[in-house]
Amino acid sequence: MTPHPTVSVSTAAAGRTAGSGADGRTIAPFGRRRLAVTGRREHGAYVVLSAADPDGPAPDAGQFYMLAAATRWGGGTDERPFLPRAFSVARRHPGGTLDFLLESVGPGTERLSELRPGDELWVLGPLGRGFVAPRDGRRPLLVGGGVGIAPLAIWQDMLGGGAPALLGFRDAAHAEGAALLRDARVATDDGSRGHHGLVTALLEAGLGRGVSASGPRKLGPADDGTWEVYACGPPPMLEAVRALCAEAGVPAQLALESGMACGFGACFGCVVPTRAGYVRLCVDGPVLDAAELELVA
Amino acid sequence: MTVSFLGLELRHPVTNASGTFDALAARAVFGDALLADFPFAAFVTKTVTTAPRQGNPPPRLWELGAGMINSIGLPNKGVEGFLAEDLPRLAELPVPLVVNVMGSSPEEVAALVRAFAERGEVAGLELNVSCPNVKTGLLMGAEPGETAALLEAVRPCTDKPLIVKLTPNCAEPAAVAAAAEAHGADAVSLINTVRGTAMHPGRPGEAWLGGGSGGVSGPAVRAVALAQVREVRGRVAIPIVGMGGVQSGRHARDLLDAGADLVAVGTETFRDPRAGSRIAAELAGIGAKSGTDSGVFTAPRSDFAHNV
Repeated sequence: MTPHPTVSVSTAAAGRTAGSGADGRTIAPFGRRRLAVTGRREHGAYVVLSAADPDGPAPDAGQFYMLAAATRWGGGTDERPFLPRAFSVARRHPGGTLDFLLESVGPGTERLSELRPGDELWVLGPLGRGFVAPRDGRRPLLVGGGVGIAPLAIWQDMLGGGAPALLGFRDAAHAEGAALLRDARVATDDGSRGHHGLVTALLEAGLGRGVSASGPRKLGPADDGTWEVYACGPPPMLEAVRALCAEAGVPAQLALESGMACGFGACFGCVVPTRAGYVRLCVDGPVLDAAELELVA
Repeated sequence: MTVSFLGLELRHPVTNASGTFDALAARAVFGDALLADFPFAAFVTKTVTTAPRQGNPPPRLWELGAGMINSIGLPNKGVEGFLAEDLPRLAELPVPLVVNVMGSSPEEVAALVRAFAERGEVAGLELNVSCPNVKTGLLMGAEPGETAALLEAVRPCTDKPLIVKLTPNCAEPAAVAAAAEAHGADAVSLINTVRGTAMHPGRPGEAWLGGGSGGVSGPAVRAVALAQVREVRGRVAIPIVGMGGVQSGRHARDLLDAGADLVAVGTETFRDPRAGSRIAAELAGIGAKSGTDSGVFTAPRSDFAHNV
């Protein structure tokens, strides 16, 4: 039996660097900044948009930015978009280049997907509260669905190894997004790549449950339940992850999504129900401890 | 471009609209840079009510081509929680503080106003009158008689400036403004959001918003705001805080020219957290007088009539 790899979390990952706020989050510069798009890479159904942010702070994994194209923001379907759109940062490169993972599913993401190097972007961030290091020496296990894999990529970078990823996609075209992470097992809804089924089947196996000869293989030494799960994806997936982890007694940190107008606590529009009542996902999330939630709705 | 408003010296004529900026959350997100460069010349709080409110169930937002609909439902800690937790921290802001309050009867609003009457941190009070009077069932800001009764109950409770936030969702906002002035209001602010809703894209017959309907804001309502400010200016002499879809110094200038004394920014702050100071700077660049006085007969350059 191989020993558990040591998990080292950089100080940036833990969000306790100089310039951090009193509550540990990395503070955003006050005001949106106009950044140059420096790259656009297609991964099947997704686009990775890169922007140079040399003067911006290094974000915590799980933090997000509000993005809007600097020109022609509006005039799409129903003359939208009007408001900026929230995106978890997918990666930060040395020198400050930020990567965002997009899928064109509406007027905002459609316009952002059109941007090419040399175009400009309004950016506000980093915003919100991100992931925190695993507790009690637990081993991180990343569970992502669709475009929700984005914050897991930067978290895997910061964790520095020993964080396997279980990723679920609709089909093979979407599963090309898996290239953003290392040590990934893939499930697709239509079986065109990897396990035919839901990513939660991979998680069940990872948690040492529901393992059968025909099912997904176990993950390894931490299958005894010493994982800490980090998940981001569509609400039904997050709810299934929450329920599985609760049943297995495994702690989980969930990055949720909600429509938001501002991203910095002004509009009160992005609330989600928790055991303590509604919380604004933009300032109290987007990462919430699964124990705070009755249910991911 | 300092301005005097109800005895306050403000460093420029732009404030926030109530409920569109949470200075405490913004301080956690942006740090003390927020205080060093606070975007508004005065800060108006989100509505404070007697009891704590959770607000409406989500979804609370809907995006429009030129604005948005919100159905937030006035979540707040209630007056006791506000006094204990928020007021001391809001007092650290580098600008005068206006507290917005709402109750469901004149007596309830009077009690809320009394809770702030002796608080030195509070420069003024704004009355959110977009709430039904539980006794009459009428919006307290939708009928001149209701507004008069409200002011009669509230005016004796404080010497602080009282600003009445008018609703556009009534027959004649200017008549309500006149009633507010006649019964002791020091200023009026307008417009509040315009009632609207959106249907659920996936469930025919159901509204998208958890609260059923909400308020439209943003550029979509700018022309409504301009017309109502102009009508109200024709009926009252007290100061007006004009708001509705302001995104630029040009828009602010138009509201001032229509009769406003101050301009408030709301939805644009969601897109640009520094919109308040940006708009104030643009306004200063335009100057106090718009249009041309060169004596040369020229039309503004535009590709649609005189839209500039």
